[in-house]
Amino acid sequence: MRTKIRWSSLGMLAAALAFIAIGVLNGEYQEVLGKAVRICLECIGIG
Amino acid sequence: MSGMHRDRMKGPKKPRLSFQRTIQLLAAVLFNGYAIGFWKGRIFTGGSKAFCVPVLNCYSCPGALGACPIGSLQSVLGDRRSGFPFYVLGTLMLFGVVLGRAVCGLLCPFGLVQDLLHKIPVKKVKVPTLIDRPARYTKYVILLVMVILLPAFAPTETGIVSPYFCKYICPAGTLGGGIPLLLSNPSLRQAAGLLFGWKTLVLAAILIASMVIHRPFCKYLCPLGAFYALFNRFSFYQMHLDGSRCVDCKQCERACPMDVEVTRNINSPECIRCGKCKSVCPTGAISCGFTCHTKEAGKARSGES
Repeated sequence: MRTKIRWSSLGMLAAALAFIAIGVLNGEYQEVLGKAVRICLECIGIG
Repeated sequence: MSGMHRDRMKGPKKPRLSFQRTIQLLAAVLFNGYAIGFWKGRIFTGGSKAFCVPVLNCYSCPGALGACPIGSLQSVLGDRRSGFPFYVLGTLMLFGVVLGRAVCGLLCPFGLVQDLLHKIPVKKVKVPTLIDRPARYTKYVILLVMVILLPAFAPTETGIVSPYFCKYICPAGTLGGGIPLLLSNPSLRQAAGLLFGWKTLVLAAILIASMVIHRPFCKYLCPLGAFYALFNRFSFYQMHLDGSRCVDCKQCERACPMDVEVTRNINSPECIRCGKCKSVCPTGAISCGFTCHTKEAGKARSGES
C-alpha cells in the first residue's frame, strides 16, 4: 500500500511549532524558567 | 549433552533489562541528572529549566534539569499578568503529536516507579469493568478542572492562583521533590504541616495501589497522560496490528497492563506503547514505530473495521 502523509498529524505538528515560536517571542519561556528555578512550596506540599 | 547443545535447546538468552526498562531508566537519569541537589537539599537553577520535559517530573525535585509541563501550564494560567500559555501548550502538543502516550510507557519516571512496585509478588487485583471504564475519565476531569479551569478562572486577590493539581494531588512532586528536600533541608522540614501530611497520604495510597493494580495513577488520575491520550490516534509513533498474521489468540490483550482491547483498537487512548503486546505476540503481528500514513492505511494495519 502506498504510504501518504497524514495531514491531520502534520497540521498539529505545525500548530505546535507555531505555538512554541509565539511563546518564545512573547518571552513565556522566561516565566517558565523563573518558576522552575525556585522551590515550588505548593508542589512539595508546604505552601 | 554438551553445554553448547544445551544452550541451543534453551533458545536465545533474554536480555536482563527489557527495551522499555532501559529507556525508562535512561530517561529518569537524564531528566534528574543534578545528583548533587539530592545531597545538598537544593534545586538546579540552570537555563535548561526554561525547557519543559515531556513527563510528570516536578521542577522542585532536587535532581530535575527541566521544567514540569503540568506545573508550568498551571503556573502560566494562574498568573493573571500572563497571556495564553502558547509555549507550554505548544511543547505539550509537540510531544503529543510525535510520541503520543509512548511518553507514559517509555519515558515517565513515575510510570517506572509504578511498574517496579507492580513487580512485588502480592495478589493482583483486576478492577471490575463497571468501575474501571468510568473511572478512566477521572484523569480528563482533573486535566480540565484542576490544571486548566481553576488556575485560569479562580478568583484571586494576589493575581496568582495556586497550582491546584500540584498542591493537592501530584504524587510525583511529593516523591521526587517534597520527600528528598525535606530529608536534606531542615528549614523546609520545620515548615511542613497538614498539607504535607495530606500529600504523603495521597502518595502512599497510590504506591500501595500500584502493587496490586498496574499503573493506577496513569489509568485514573494523571492529567498529562490524559493530554497525550488525545493525541494517540494522531501521533507519528504508532502501534500496528497486521490482521493477516493475527491468529486471535488474545495473548496481547492478556499481557496489556492498561487492559487495551489490542485486536480491536490497538491505538486506543489508553495505550501507553510499552510494547508488552508486541513481545508476547506468537506470530509477530504487532509492530510499532514512526509512520506517516493515511487514515485508511492506518485502519487496515490496525485491524479496525
